[in-house]
Amino acid sequence: MKQSIFTIVSNEALTPTTYKMVLAGDASAVTAAGQFINIKLDGFFLRRPISVCDYDEGSITIIYKVLGRGTEYMTGLAAGATLDVLTGLGNGYDLSYAGDAPVLLGGGVGVPPMYNLARKLRALGKRVQVVLGFNNADEVFYVDEFKALGCEVTVATVDGGYGIKGFVTTPLEGMEYSYFYTCGPEPMLKAVYKATKTAGQMSFEERMGCGFGACMGCSCKTLTGYKRICKDGPVMHKEEIAWED
Amino acid sequence: MGRLSVNLCGITLDNPVIPASGTFGYGYEYAELYDINCLGTFSFKGTTKDSRFGNPTPRIAECPGGMINAVGLQNPGVEKVIAEELPKLKKCFHKPVMANVSGFSVEDYAYTCEKLDKEEQVGWLEVNVSCPNVHGGGMSFGTQPEAAAEVTRAVKAVTTKPVIIKLSPNVTDIVSIAKACEEAGADGISLINTMLGMRIDLRSRKPVIANRMGGFSGPAIFPVAVRMVYQVAQAVKIPVVGVGGVSSAEDVIEMILAGATAVEVGAANLVNPTICRDIIARLPEVMDKYGINTLEEIIGGVK
Repeated sequence: MKQSIFTIVSNEALTPTTYKMVLAGDASAVTAAGQFINIKLDGFFLRRPISVCDYDEGSITIIYKVLGRGTEYMTGLAAGATLDVLTGLGNGYDLSYAGDAPVLLGGGVGVPPMYNLARKLRALGKRVQVVLGFNNADEVFYVDEFKALGCEVTVATVDGGYGIKGFVTTPLEGMEYSYFYTCGPEPMLKAVYKATKTAGQMSFEERMGCGFGACMGCSCKTLTGYKRICKDGPVMHKEEIAWED
Repeated sequence: MGRLSVNLCGITLDNPVIPASGTFGYGYEYAELYDINCLGTFSFKGTTKDSRFGNPTPRIAECPGGMINAVGLQNPGVEKVIAEELPKLKKCFHKPVMANVSGFSVEDYAYTCEKLDKEEQVGWLEVNVSCPNVHGGGMSFGTQPEAAAEVTRAVKAVTTKPVIIKLSPNVTDIVSIAKACEEAGADGISLINTMLGMRIDLRSRKPVIANRMGGFSGPAIFPVAVRMVYQVAQAVKIPVVGVGGVSSAEDVIEMILAGATAVEVGAANLVNPTICRDIIARLPEVMDKYGINTLEEIIGGVK
């Protein structure tokens, strides 16, 4: 974990409700795909935890959906403004389990962390299949970016307005894959849990206090004990997950 | 004794700044960011007799000027705290630490305090009779003078270290409860714990927090804390630890003027994890600005 000041390089809408922000600063604490950062915003008490879409030593890209007053405020931030950011939070995905042909399943705002993961898996020479799920065509983003990495991309929309009609789990039938990685809303994760035939890793979301393991605000029960989603997660292995209902 | 040092129940603190229980874990998350030995001490995560998962999630809600939490005293239980957490704590913190204890019966409190009292690194026992999160739990002890006194007597009977009783603000007469604890043998009083609060999500028309209600903390409650610290400090002779919404060196000095011997910083740690270090570093400059030579000399300066 590191606390430092980042400068906004760009902040632009990808869809009517989804924004991409590029931040310049010391990203040395970010060590894995699937980690998140926690951003202090003027006028808001708690920081905003947002997953890392991509990073290098000197920059971090995030993609966020406008859901509440905090993210609404973020859309108004201009290039050149600075932000106090905690970086290197959470465990992130473990690439060593991937096998030769992993599938990556991202739903909505769960798509961004799949990007850096896909880039790393491609750099390791893996065949990477990506399934991106959205509600409708208006919400679709990053399809070309994943294709540019050399991934085999399938898009599923609930209303069928883009790609195939259905959920991220729809294309899984008949697909060959060695392992899965996923991030998305909890109902989607449950569906992925049921539909996948292999082991895999899933990234979870929860309302957080601190984001670095101190307050126990985001605890969950797993088959391997109580875990803090912010510190011991957000990525959990499929075999340790204990659904509450 | 330096300019910043204060004496809390017979133990000298290098400075009065103490991260509050539940906002600082067992210290090691923060030790990743700075050397936590700069702190006066810290109060570690509330400990109970048995292991607790706590409340369902969501446990956190944001508010203007603060937050509500309903963690529900998640902790591994006193045996595991002693066997697993204190050895890790010892590696990053080398001063006497404050052990925070909660319970659901007088016997629970005595059991847990007796165990922790034997731990060498424990300097003080901070007994939480006020946590508002647990159904049928801590709340009842802290809301009645006789119940708070009973817990105090039971803990004092089985311990040797200073016992500080942490009080709830969710009461009609804080002074009568503080005095009852003092008469029962308490060595100090800390206050205030969180204020009972609630938020409702307009989209779902449900409470934001799964437990419906929780403890409100943060800068918004600071004036309430100052008022209660003042009232209690006027009424008791034992040291008072001021807690509630503290987030700057100025706030620390204000609490001390109100009657606090030491000051706990809570929710602010979660937002700015280095805030206690920053407050300690800034205290001399702020003392100079207001013509304060030592902190000891201004304790309870407001009559």
